[in-house]
Amino acid sequence: MELSGGEIIVKFLKDEGVEYVFGYPGGAVLHIYDAIFQQDDVRHILVRHEQGATHAADGYARATGKPGVVLVTSGPGATNAVTGIATAYMDSIPLVVLTGQVALPFIGSDAFQEVDSVGITRPCVKHNFLVKRLEDLAETLKKAFHVATTGRPGPVVVDIPKDVTDPGIKIPYEYPREVHMRSYNPVVKGHPGQIKRATNLILSAKRPMIYTGGGVVLSNASQELTEFTRELGYPITQTLMGLGSYPATDRQFVGMLGMHGTYEANMAMHECDVLIAIGARFDDRVTGKLSEFCPHAKIVHVDIDPASIAKNVKVDVPIVGDVKLVLRDLLAELRAKGKQPDAGALEAWWAQIEEWRSHNCLTYDRDSELIKPQFVIEKLWEVTGGDAYVTSDVGQHQMFTAQFYKFDKPRRWINSGGLGTMGFGMPAALGVKLACPDDEVVCVTGEASIQMCIQELSTAMQYRLPIKVVNLNNRYMGMVRQWQEFFYESRYSHSYVEALPDFVKLAESYGHVGMRIEKPADVEGALREAFGMKDRLVFLDFVTDQTENVYPMIAAGKAHNQMHLAPQCKAPQSSERELA
Amino acid sequence: MRHIISLLMENESGALSRVAGLFSARGYNIESLNVAPTEDPSLSRMTIVTTGSEQIIEQITKQLNKLVDVVKLKDLTAGEHIERELMLVKVRAEDATRVEGFKALVANYGGKIIDESEDICTAEITSDGVTLDRLLSEIDRDDILETVRTGASGIFIGARSLRI
Repeated sequence: MELSGGEIIVKFLKDEGVEYVFGYPGGAVLHIYDAIFQQDDVRHILVRHEQGATHAADGYARATGKPGVVLVTSGPGATNAVTGIATAYMDSIPLVVLTGQVALPFIGSDAFQEVDSVGITRPCVKHNFLVKRLEDLAETLKKAFHVATTGRPGPVVVDIPKDVTDPGIKIPYEYPREVHMRSYNPVVKGHPGQIKRATNLILSAKRPMIYTGGGVVLSNASQELTEFTRELGYPITQTLMGLGSYPATDRQFVGMLGMHGTYEANMAMHECDVLIAIGARFDDRVTGKLSEFCPHAKIVHVDIDPASIAKNVKVDVPIVGDVKLVLRDLLAELRAKGKQPDAGALEAWWAQIEEWRSHNCLTYDRDSELIKPQFVIEKLWEVTGGDAYVTSDVGQHQMFTAQFYKFDKPRRWINSGGLGTMGFGMPAALGVKLACPDDEVVCVTGEASIQMCIQELSTAMQYRLPIKVVNLNNRYMGMVRQWQEFFYESRYSHSYVEALPDFVKLAESYGHVGMRIEKPADVEGALREAFGMKDRLVFLDFVTDQTENVYPMIAAGKAHNQMHLAPQCKAPQSSERELA
Repeated sequence: MRHIISLLMENESGALSRVAGLFSARGYNIESLNVAPTEDPSLSRMTIVTTGSEQIIEQITKQLNKLVDVVKLKDLTAGEHIERELMLVKVRAEDATRVEGFKALVANYGGKIIDESEDICTAEITSDGVTLDRLLSEIDRDDILETVRTGASGIFIGARSLRI
């Protein structure tokens, strides 16, 4: 079969099993768009801004585990995509981003819409390619998908000069089923000696703690993690990226840890004697002050990326490998040993954890006449049966959702954890809805974040994607305001959002349904009404309390046992218990 | 501590910028870096001299290994190795006695004179970096017109080698 470059790209995507390409046309990719026009196998989703394309593809990838695919033009098309690429990079999400480039003879001449896309994206991709010969195109695309989806996943950019897709030049095409790269062979199987050492340490624990991150989700290892955790009976905490990979409604789950983690999770981290870190990378928002991180603990760390191990925190038993395979090996080793954890010590440890938990650190004023954001999330959880796909933007609403929407399944909680990209939530929700048309998909956002990619309401209309938008509208950049209250003596420098649009009318002008909710008593009814409209995008504008803060909070640079707690919570700040 | 990291990478355009970009993005030191093709035209050899604590060096080697273009990597400093660097040095040669002194110095360091004219003299010396520094310190600074150094290359002693 003889095909042009543009046709090869489209045919390859079909052969690779790609359902959707999120993109925006422009000069350098017109040949490719012409090839897209002439087929129905790969569906193209036209966004309104390239950032939206990357976030939508990212949402699709997070919900399905399959790579998200993006197609943008050269120059501004590529630069607009960079925020989304960096977002995916920080959270290890597999994306393949095809960027058009000016024709080869023009590269380096400051041609119209030319930027060095490979250079610009280099620090925020797992790898990138510039295709210089039509003969290399199919194999390069295969390499891009291979690199994006294996090992520690991540975004890969393929920069394609316009003349490489020239419809006048055709070459034979055959789908490259396999690809071999001598320089790229990720280790997936944990070292047996390390598995044994880890098992011994895990069984020796008196005050154990399991701490897991996004790696468990990426590795599809929820079932293995759940089995492992139940087998041991140990407490488990998760990072923002890990939520849902162990059921949040289970007794052994002590909540999220870190800056806005629960009192019980953070106190248990501070006092544990063995920490089992799985698919997590010891991010600064998780560890707090490094020199006081888990001061009493020996640490086991499982991660597929060797560079994540001992990057921020020294560990005692590192295991490089795919989380799913390592957890299976750990479980097999535990069962083969036939030894049980120290039941007496574990009972005492759980008693302590339950005491911490009894302080109910996620308490808030339930009698307020204003709508509390936490209340909206609690009701959202009830109305959706805890089973919706929930995306978010970045800030207070993101933390409230992480704390109050109890995710029992993986891939349900979709947010920008590493880069913290405002504007992520709504386009990501569109990608999720395409992947999961029969599930409820909600974007929880704030009036500041939503405006960063608001134009995608138009995309949602074009493709009839009936997501629900829960806007926690406090007329402030809430998290900025909170930091200014705590650390800048309430000098609210530029965190107040003036001249807000009427979101109800805005939603309506895009052809959607808009609702404004101003009283706590109306919250549940509005949510039920909105979710009752199965085929409509409903934008719920909740007018919330402007002064609400996210608690608990560990200030940057403080240790796990130094938390700001909600005014209603009277838990002691640090444990006075004598440690063995 | 000073480390010499030797690596083989795919001889592709942009490979050098990935390494250089990694060092600047993560704030690692580079004392010197050199790169050239090998007997296998698909591979480049790069030698990086860097400094840092053991933890930083561990991160540097891991991050370098993580680059998709890097095929293989070794920290030469972890084993017995030979370090070599080529230096070209051009000096004023107006004063005959000083020129004789310069030539003797170069000979003493195992180098040779590769260009000589009425008023300049250029020498080539190969040694390790510390020795080259010492040689330079023995030449009057005002006489030096130019020095050109390649940065260190290195190789393991004995049968141990970095190959694929």
